[in-house]
Formats: sequence, structure tokens, C-alpha cells
Amino acid sequence: MGDLFVLSISCIFINNILLAQFLGNCPFLGTSKKMETAVGMGMAVIFVLVMAGMITWIVDVYLLKALDVEFLRTVSFILVIAALVQFVEMFLKKSIPGLYAGLGIFLPLITTNCAVMGVCLINIKEEYSFIEALVSSFSYAAGFGLALILFAGVRERVILARVPKPLQDTSIGLMTAGLIALTFTVFRGMV
Amino acid sequence: MAQSLVKEFTKGLWAEIPLFRLVLGLCPALAVTKTCENGIGMGVATTFVLLFSNILVSMLRNIIPSKVRIACYIVIIATFVTIVEFMMQAYTYELFLKLGIFIPLIVVNCVVLGRAEAFAGKNTVLPSAADGLGMGIGFTLALSSLGAVRELIGAGTLTVWGGTPIFTIGHGYIPFHFMVEAPGAFVGLGMMLCLMNLIGKK
Repeated sequence: MGDLFVLSISCIFINNILLAQFLGNCPFLGTSKKMETAVGMGMAVIFVLVMAGMITWIVDVYLLKALDVEFLRTVSFILVIAALVQFVEMFLKKSIPGLYAGLGIFLPLITTNCAVMGVCLINIKEEYSFIEALVSSFSYAAGFGLALILFAGVRERVILARVPKPLQDTSIGLMTAGLIALTFTVFRGMV
Repeated sequence: MAQSLVKEFTKGLWAEIPLFRLVLGLCPALAVTKTCENGIGMGVATTFVLLFSNILVSMLRNIIPSKVRIACYIVIIATFVTIVEFMMQAYTYELFLKLGIFIPLIVVNCVVLGRAEAFAGKNTVLPSAADGLGMGIGFTLALSSLGAVRELIGAGTLTVWGGTPIFTIGHGYIPFHFMVEAPGAFVGLGMMLCLMNLIGKK
């Protein structure tokens, strides 16, 4: 139990998926201009990543390793994620329209979100057990949401500030992200 | 014909250079550019995937049904990524270890899927190949220049291939470690974007 807690803390803060591992940076910059979209994207990533983490772990252990075809990992993982996103989208549209309206436009974007694929690959590379994989998927996704929401909060303020012309938009956004990443480095050495 | 091919090729080098103009493919750009060498390695791997996936996508563009085209593109890209992964494991093992999970992650690099969707799916084989090669080389240039800046400031060395630095700043230089750490990646890329805006404002 204690190990799982430590794993969870290290995935959320120390190895933060966005700020320390640099996975999922395209949606990080793309959806952080408004708080609403940031929250939507964060929720969608938590939802999909937990499911993708579980399914890819099962596929890897019971299918790829059992049949000794591990070289198909990249192809099969991306197919699993793409299919999963499609299913989740159809399922939500039918049964939970409220949630679908909130997450709707972010779901297709998640297929090419490298955070999802990246965490699935990390789970396999670190040889996590099923429970550990589940905890790490959720924690990485929570860390993604945390960083994204923090960043959106800062960015909403930056828009109001007077920024020199060549620095505007993405450039100042990246530097802001750098400062947030700097604050996250203090978590290092905590575990 | 030859002229338009040259145009497709050169647009990836400056006018539409993927990382700086379109701000696509950020994840590998930030993560692997601790040294110039890593940037070059990642760029070459991505170029290979871009070139061959563009060729194959444009060859199959009339056969692939438009409703499932994204899934088909991803399978094509994933195949070439797997090939690159094995080739790097066989011939450049050290680089393979350094780049780690970022090699399989070329699959989800938006530059590759973006070119398949925006260009190769609508054009014939030769222009698509020129486009893929140009974009790939542009991506490599961007990654290696960012890597060079970060390595020079952060470690005081410059490594192009094989792990030994070809250039070292004199002994008096105290490396600014911030630049090779995680936050330095964001700030470094932000400054390069700013520089691009200053030079290339139309």
C-alpha cells in the first residue's frame, strides 16, 4: 500500500508527465488558453488514460508476450488507443450525453496525445504489475490535469499583460511553462 | 515539374519548418534535445518515417476509404516506426538507449500524421516524397539547432556524432545547467521561437 502511495506521488509531482517527461505537450499548449478547455482536456485524459493503461497492459502480457510477438507492440498499442477513444466517444454520446458535451471535442485529439501512448509504454518498460500500472496511469493523468490547469490559470493572466511583439502567443507560453517546470523541480528528491 | 518538386522540398526547410512555424511535434523537440547529437538522431529517425509513410500513403490514397483513412495512416506510420526502432537497435544502440521511448512515440508525432493527412493523401508520389523529405530535414534542422544551443549553454560542449564533443568552450566557462534541465527546454524553445518571429516576420 505504501509503495503504491509513493509511486502515485512520484508520478504526479516528481516525474510529472508534462513538465518533467515532456509528453503531451501539443495539447498542453493548444488547450491551455482558456480554463474551460483545460479542465475538459484534463478530464478526458484521465478518463482515457486509465482505461488505455489497463487494456494495453492486458494486451501486452496476455497477447503479445504470450504469443512472443512483442515487436508488434507499437502497432497494437496505437490501434488499441485509437479504437478505445472511438468506443468511449460512442458510449458517452449514447449513455452520458452530459459528459459527452463536456469532453466531446477533446476525445478525438487524444488519439495523437503522446501522453497516453507514452504512459502505456512506460508501464511496460518499468515492468509494473497490473495494480501498479493502474495507479501509475491514473497518477500520470492526474499530474497532466494538474499541470494543465495551473498553466491555464497563469496563461489567462498573461493575455492581459503587455508582451513584446515577437514574444507573443506561443513564445511567451513556452517561457511560462518553463517557469512552472522550474517550480516542479523542487519536488525532486522528495521520494 | 522539377521546379514544383523543388518548391515542395524547400518549403519544409524555412517557410513551413514544422517545429517553429507550425509548432507541431513539440514532445520530441523538448525531450531529446539535451545534446545536439540526440536532436540529429531523433530528426533522422523522424525523416525516415516521414519520407516512407508519405510515399506509401500517396501510393494508396485512391484505395483507402476516406472514412477510415486516419486509422490506415496510423497503421502505415506505426509500421515504419517499428522498422526504424529495429534498425536503430541494430546499428546505433547507444543512441537507441538515449532516445528510449521517444522512438516508438514517433507514431503519435503530429508532424508525421499531419503531412499524411494534409499533403500525401491528396498528391502523387513524387511531390509527396519531396514534401516528406523536406519536412523531415526541416524538423532535423530545428531539433539539432535547439540541441546545439542547449548543449552549448548548459554543458559548454557540442556533440554531433558518436558521443565525443567536437567543440568545448574553454576552462573558464561555468556551465549554466538550467538549460539542459527540464525548464531550460521550454525557455530555450520559447527564445528560439521569438528569434524566428524577429527574423522572419512577413
